[in-house]
Amino acid sequence: MNIAKPNSYRSGPDERGHFGIFGGRFVAETLMPLILDLEKAYTAAKADPAFQAEMNGYLKNYVGRPSPLYFAERLTEHLGGAKIYLKREELNHTGSHKVNNVLGQIMLARRMGKKRIIAETGAGQHGVATATLCARFGLECVVYMGAVDVERQQPNVIRMEMLGAKVFPVQSGTRTLKDAMNEALRDWVTNVHNTFYCIGTVAGPHPYPTLVRDFQSIIGNETKAQMQEIEGRLPDSLVACIGGGSNAMGLFHPFLDDPSVEIFGVEAAGHGLTQLHAASIAGGRPGVLHGNRTYLLMDADGQIQDAHSISAGLDYPGIGPEHSWLHEVGRVNYLSATDDEALAAFQLLSKLEGIIPALEPAHAIAKVMELAPKRPKDHLMVVNLSGRGDKDVPQVGDILRGKK
Amino acid sequence: MTTRIDTRFAELKKAGRSAFVTFLMAGDPDPATSLEIIKALPKSGADVIEIGMPFTDPMADGPSIQAAGLRALKAGMTLKKMLELVRGFRKDDDATPIVLMGYYNPIYIYGVDKFLVDAKSAGVDGLIIVDLPPEEDDELCLPAMKAGLNFIRLATPTTDDKRLPAVLANTSGFVYYVSITGITGAAAADSTAVSEAVARIKRHTKLPVCVGFGIRTPEAARAIASHANGAVVGTALVDALKNSLDAEGRATAKTVNAVAELTAALAHGVKGAQQAAE
Repeated sequence: MNIAKPNSYRSGPDERGHFGIFGGRFVAETLMPLILDLEKAYTAAKADPAFQAEMNGYLKNYVGRPSPLYFAERLTEHLGGAKIYLKREELNHTGSHKVNNVLGQIMLARRMGKKRIIAETGAGQHGVATATLCARFGLECVVYMGAVDVERQQPNVIRMEMLGAKVFPVQSGTRTLKDAMNEALRDWVTNVHNTFYCIGTVAGPHPYPTLVRDFQSIIGNETKAQMQEIEGRLPDSLVACIGGGSNAMGLFHPFLDDPSVEIFGVEAAGHGLTQLHAASIAGGRPGVLHGNRTYLLMDADGQIQDAHSISAGLDYPGIGPEHSWLHEVGRVNYLSATDDEALAAFQLLSKLEGIIPALEPAHAIAKVMELAPKRPKDHLMVVNLSGRGDKDVPQVGDILRGKK
Repeated sequence: MTTRIDTRFAELKKAGRSAFVTFLMAGDPDPATSLEIIKALPKSGADVIEIGMPFTDPMADGPSIQAAGLRALKAGMTLKKMLELVRGFRKDDDATPIVLMGYYNPIYIYGVDKFLVDAKSAGVDGLIIVDLPPEEDDELCLPAMKAGLNFIRLATPTTDDKRLPAVLANTSGFVYYVSITGITGAAAADSTAVSEAVARIKRHTKLPVCVGFGIRTPEAARAIASHANGAVVGTALVDALKNSLDAEGRATAKTVNAVAELTAALAHGVKGAQQAAE
């Protein structure tokens, strides 16, 4: 694609929510007035120092931020190249980066006077974070989760229910994250008067991709400051896994205008890119779904295709629109890791560092295993450890014991 | 530019009655039966025919229309075959307006300009695209108007007076008022609320206003038609079709008649209504 290089990679979106041709507001008329209200409320909140101050209080004392930037010494030794740092988002309250965004959206929902919160979830991490903050602020919480994911992520389903959320297993379509999102949109269109839709990733209609990115950018901002303190300079490369792409966008965005920083996003290649997978950029093309134009997996007639990944959190046939744009302008390199590579990385990190990663960031670790050995020893590589693997222990245990 | 839609509503106004608008999914349960059903609709009393464009992820539709779309896709329906269906219908009927209703992605992938040319030449009169609000008019609405197709906009209970002018600005043919906040086939519309909403829309436009979502019976159709220029029924017809299928979801000898009979009963209801005061 011949796309002119922008002066800044951080200036998007335009006032209509577009990143190049991507993004937009492709929603039913019923939802449009609410989306415009949300945009207004978000703009006002951003300009209100009291909003940021309240957020910062909860981020510090409830979420437990800042999350450490940890030098993974044994992984570095084992791979024999770049110096690898882990951004420990798995140590946040609720066990993943998802809570950063949910906190922001719940604070917005409260400002807008909405008492009922709905969310879609794949792996359940976003659902757990939403259920947690709804419990904390006394809000009704309904979570839509594909029936297949309910099965493979049982620990998170139980957690959400303990936190007082109602979990609806979605039986339509492929019964995974995409269908959970359809069902959440159907709920929203029905209960638009009292309901706030807390979207878990940097996708959906404008302004969601922007506000989720902004709430997640704390990951990259902290990383920048921490690396400065530890090594006295910028990192040389960043690596993060991508389903919708919120943990990746949160890490990447503050570094987009630092040209010396190489950036790698890792999609889920499932059984391999020539078979069933969930790598929208590697195997898809631009289309319109769930409120935005972005890279999607689809057939020749524009029907959405089933995605597959061992990781429920990456099992989605699309990607956030800003990632599609960063791919087309060439700022971020999008790679992919298969189920088997992710499983190997899951085990390696567990054994070398005593950190059991979620299957999602195990995809990022898998690519670190390829990239790090080819880099010099003074190369500083940061990988976003976006979630912990407790939720995956039963599933991976079954696979390793040959049961599945 | 006058389309079949404009002509049909002008005729109905002269006759002093409201339109009965039917919705069925293209290619449900298979392309051949679908054509027979659509051909039978005008004879049974349909004034305007909406044809659903099947899509894997219909975010604004309830379970009945979701399932209809999946049946059609399974039977091999594509956008191209849907246009052949319209062409087949046009062989015998050059008067009944045909409106395609669905989601944007299949059209975007087909190619907007090519689609508009092919749709116009097949005999399509208008488009209703659920996920294209006025904020995205550049995508399809403005090109469709240029190509001589009506772009029919949905107005909803959340479309307030401040927003209505934007919604109506590039709308032509008729305005489709969605009588509930919700998905197709869910709640029943309250006729008093509908009457107030239609009056509100009419203060902003001279276009006919048709009402849909939540109308299932001849009585409900009559009640709505007395407050609007048309009543749209979809889910009830799709359910009648589905109930006529065999255990494997295939058409039976009863399928075409099942839809035609319900169409006739609903049309009778609409035609019994007093035309709304202009």
